[in-house]
Amino acid sequence: MPEIRVDETRCKGCELCTKACPKSCIEMSDTFSVTGYYPAKLAKTDCCIGCGLCAQICPDLAIAVWK
Amino acid sequence: MGEKILMKGNEALAEGAVLAGCRFFSGYPITPQNEVPEYMSWRLPEAGGTFIQAESEVSAINMIYGAAATGIRTMTSSSSPGISLKQEGISYCAGADLPIFFANVVRGGPGLGNIAASQGDYNQSVKGGGHGDYHTIVLAPNSVDEMGNFPKKCYELAEKYRMPSMILADGILGQMMEPVEFKFQPVDPKSLKKPEWSLGSAEGRKKRIVRSYDLREGELEKLNWIRAKKFKEIEDKEVLFEEKNINDAQLVLVAYGTSSRIAAAAMKMARDKGMKVGLFRPITLWPFPKKQLAKMAQRVKNFLVVEMSQGQFVDDVRLAINGTAEIDLYARPSGIPNGEEVFAVVDKLYQSIKPAIAAKKAEKSKPAKKAKAPKKAKPTKKLKPVKKFQPVKKKTTKIKTAKKSTKKGGRR
Amino acid sequence: MELVNKKPSSLVDIKMHYCPGCGHGIVHRLIAEVMDELGIRERTVGVAPVGCAVFSDDYFNCDMIQGPHGRGPAIATGIKRSQPGCIVFSYQGDGDLASIGMAETVHSAARSENISIIFINNAIYGMTGGQMAPTTLIGQPATTCPKGRDPKVNGYPIKVCELLSQLDGARFLERTSVSTAQGVIKTKKAIKKAFQNQIEGKGFSLVEILSMCPTNWGVTPLQGLKFVDEKMMPLYPLGVFRSPEQEGGQK
Repeated sequence: MPEIRVDETRCKGCELCTKACPKSCIEMSDTFSVTGYYPAKLAKTDCCIGCGLCAQICPDLAIAVWK
Repeated sequence: MGEKILMKGNEALAEGAVLAGCRFFSGYPITPQNEVPEYMSWRLPEAGGTFIQAESEVSAINMIYGAAATGIRTMTSSSSPGISLKQEGISYCAGADLPIFFANVVRGGPGLGNIAASQGDYNQSVKGGGHGDYHTIVLAPNSVDEMGNFPKKCYELAEKYRMPSMILADGILGQMMEPVEFKFQPVDPKSLKKPEWSLGSAEGRKKRIVRSYDLREGELEKLNWIRAKKFKEIEDKEVLFEEKNINDAQLVLVAYGTSSRIAAAAMKMARDKGMKVGLFRPITLWPFPKKQLAKMAQRVKNFLVVEMSQGQFVDDVRLAINGTAEIDLYARPSGIPNGEEVFAVVDKLYQSIKPAIAAKKAEKSKPAKKAKAPKKAKPTKKLKPVKKFQPVKKKTTKIKTAKKSTKKGGRR
Repeated sequence: MELVNKKPSSLVDIKMHYCPGCGHGIVHRLIAEVMDELGIRERTVGVAPVGCAVFSDDYFNCDMIQGPHGRGPAIATGIKRSQPGCIVFSYQGDGDLASIGMAETVHSAARSENISIIFINNAIYGMTGGQMAPTTLIGQPATTCPKGRDPKVNGYPIKVCELLSQLDGARFLERTSVSTAQGVIKTKKAIKKAFQNQIEGKGFSLVEILSMCPTNWGVTPLQGLKFVDEKMMPLYPLGVFRSPEQEGGQK
């Protein structure tokens, strides 16, 4: 099953990926990252289709898409 | 090499740069330097180089910034208002430690001024020019021959120290025709080593950055200290000057560029009349020949500065001599003196210092006695300073020294 | 499983300083991916602007030069003309390109310099703190027009692609946006075209990219996307304004 892995040290919590995801699989974490942001996370299992649109719009190269 | 060619100063400047390996020129029309871009527009393509008429001086200097960053010899030229526009870019080149070469064919100012010769851009040239803490190496030719031969020197100095260098000429030097002999073998740009900081063709090496900023705490200061050290070294090693009739001189004229030729004419008239007058001419205006002047002032007690500006150059002479001799000024701000006129000033001054010279001579010829003789070192105190800013003999103001620009009106 | 989106080698693997939701990071990545795909990293020289992207000279993994505000196209001209084998791009914001550097922009286009310009239009001055840009919308507040841009006082926004499309030398002009993932993909295509044109010697190419500046717009990053789509796009319609395929232009 495809998945995304968010690099929490890079994510600035802008949430652009949550809007880009056609399946609405991404949510924001409710705990701070080391850099002080609420990072994005893959919130639902069996949801990601590996389309990579979240990574397309991510300004910080924080999302790795695995297929 | 070895051949004398009759050329206009501006053309000699352009040809000298091409022979010295320049392969990129960008500029913008402004009188009295138009012959430089005009010459380059056909000469550079012929030599396999690039000429661009830019949309403004601002753009021209930034094209130079880009081209120089690739490690080639470039040139831009302009006249006073245009050089003002280029100063931001020149400062960036200084901040990025890029060797660039440019020429200022100075015209009257401030503002649009006029299109005749002037030395009004002295301070701008030698005190930095643009914003920030830096210097430009400034060479001041006084003949068409030097206009043709100095570009090579400018490139070598700029590259050795990685900084801007310039030729400070004026409308007379740019416009007049004289024989020029290019006293060097033409430089093949391919024979020049690509510098280790140049951009482009990054195969197999790490990326390089050319930039003039450093926002990291304390880093800019470090960089500026490195530059300060470099500037000190240049002041120690790279000073150029010319002396004439100095050995027995009691009065030394100090002048650069066009005014040094006029001063030389006045000196000759004085010598013909038996006056012991010499001439000191800085060729590098920065680095300024401070030590040489200071040393001379141990013996010579009277200097007369001749400049075609209100009294900019004289400040550097004063700093060098540092109160150890009397300095008078004959200034023509955006006016062009002639030899007779300067001679009249020399004559008056020389007559006024004669008693002191005689006294000194007498003192010297006497056998050494007790040292408490009253000092007579301030003879010129009594001298009424020559009226400044005006030719002494009104009736002789017709200028014979050189022609003004033949162009009417000019570009702007 | 396999990593689908490897980081482009034309981008240095360091964190960028941009604010959350800023479009610069997206466009940086796209340029780097294009450099990778075209295999031109080692012969590319980028010109970094003054403004938020001034530090892009650290981010792009190719030779970089940083120059005075607005002079990118002149610097790029100097590099390209003296090293025709290099691929030269200038990265500029709206204040840089359409205000202080308008002359350089217009004239490099008029000369059809064989360079690629990547133009970020976010309708505001970012680094200096949100002042009015030449592209600021009518009614849009900025720190130098706190009540919103009033055409009577501040004049009208400049539409760069429309303006440049009058020039025969402007060979490729396209406006895109990075406010959606689809827009990002289209933007990359446009950037690639701009670089390919240069490789093929087709002359001046410029891609205007509508981008987000949530910090200086005073909105959240998500509202920033909306601002681009709903406020900017009606004034700055997306599309190709000129392409080399289109013949000559007005004579």
